Amino acid sequence: MSGHDHDHDHEEEGSPLSDVALRVRALESLLADKGLVDPKALDELIDTYETKVGPRNGARVVARAWTDPGFKRRLLEDGTKVVSEMGFAGRQTDCLVVLENTPEAHNLVVCTLCSCYPWAVLGLPPVWYKSAPYRSRAVIDPRGVLREFGLDLPAETEVRVWDSTAEVRYFVLPERPAGTEGWSEERLAGIVTRDSMIGVDKVRRP
Amino acid sequence: MNGIHDLGGMHGFGPVAAEPDEPVFHHDWERRAFALTVASGALGRWNLDMSRHAREQMPAAEYLATGYYEHWLFGLERLLDRTGLVARAELEARLRDPASPAAPHPDASRRLRAEAVQKVLRDPRGAKSDVDVPGRFKPGDRVRARALNPEGHTRLPRYCRGRAGEVVLDQGTWVFPDAHAAGLGKKPQRVYAVRFAARELWGPEAPGRDSVTVDLWDEYLDPA
Repeated sequence: MSGHDHDHDHEEEGSPLSDVALRVRALESLLADKGLVDPKALDELIDTYETKVGPRNGARVVARAWTDPGFKRRLLEDGTKVVSEMGFAGRQTDCLVVLENTPEAHNLVVCTLCSCYPWAVLGLPPVWYKSAPYRSRAVIDPRGVLREFGLDLPAETEVRVWDSTAEVRYFVLPERPAGTEGWSEERLAGIVTRDSMIGVDKVRRP
Repeated sequence: MNGIHDLGGMHGFGPVAAEPDEPVFHHDWERRAFALTVASGALGRWNLDMSRHAREQMPAAEYLATGYYEHWLFGLERLLDRTGLVARAELEARLRDPASPAAPHPDASRRLRAEAVQKVLRDPRGAKSDVDVPGRFKPGDRVRARALNPEGHTRLPRYCRGRAGEVVLDQGTWVFPDAHAAGLGKKPQRVYAVRFAARELWGPEAPGRDSVTVDLWDEYLDPA
């Protein structure tokens, strides 16, 4: 473990590199010199998750489910197949189960053991999803966590927490907000938030 | 292992701090650490379960004091050292001297090339088993999670051990992480989504209709 006592003060861009930044740079240069990584492949990986794959993918799935009952039925039956048909197959999403939120039952997704998350439809997880407060409390105090996200659920709504301990990934189909009747799929996709597809919030009409 | 990573049900970590308009990465080194981990994994020298287990080896106090990509970096350094791809001493030497020697590695021919990135990201990572192994349970069955405390890797969270629940989904046949992380083969078996009542897990104060559903391998369960 020696040599791992990095400086925990994260640097601001442009200031001198932190210990951890120097360590990553040293590791990348060694791996590149040995021919084990191709720096262009690293750039491609970063660009994929920074600019191409993100929660806009999931929002399109939700908007289509809200406007096409046949699509919604197939999505709930076989999320993996339907999402893959939309071109969103990929890493961390080999097997997708879609959970429908209703006034009776509210689903919420966590990974208490690490940070499992459906990358292909939501991109990389936010820091809070990977953090100790969320991972510890989502299972024992989900209603308290939801209140911190601004969602105070009535006692009669059943809260169903899903802990992603295996390679199955869970994706929440949030409720369509009232007052959006007649909206186009594209306009609906624009109001679907990442948090609503994790289950920590509802979609609100702007 | 009963490690600090197994956080479910613990108290004392405070509120969830969500950051509005959070960027995908907060620092350039996070971008590189993320990509180095995925690209090094594509060399095929370790599996997904080994990489999770490597991150779980971080000492508890350090785990809590560091961010997620530092956990990834810790795991990556450990796996690279264990497989001889990059020895710890080589990394320390490179940190002291940016021109430290590094010869091409025989595995270089297997490196992930930029043009193969999208295909590799779409390929399943081999966690799903090709063979269908019959399970002992079916949806509707009552089961109890075994009170196991393995020192190695496991995906059976502490908070549900010894607790009874109901199988709600049969998820198919998957590689068994406890064996796979230890290099003991795939040991494929059925995985089930098991629903535990919140009161079964947390006691009579918990809301009566709430539940936690956990994906559990056949071997983690007994009939209840």
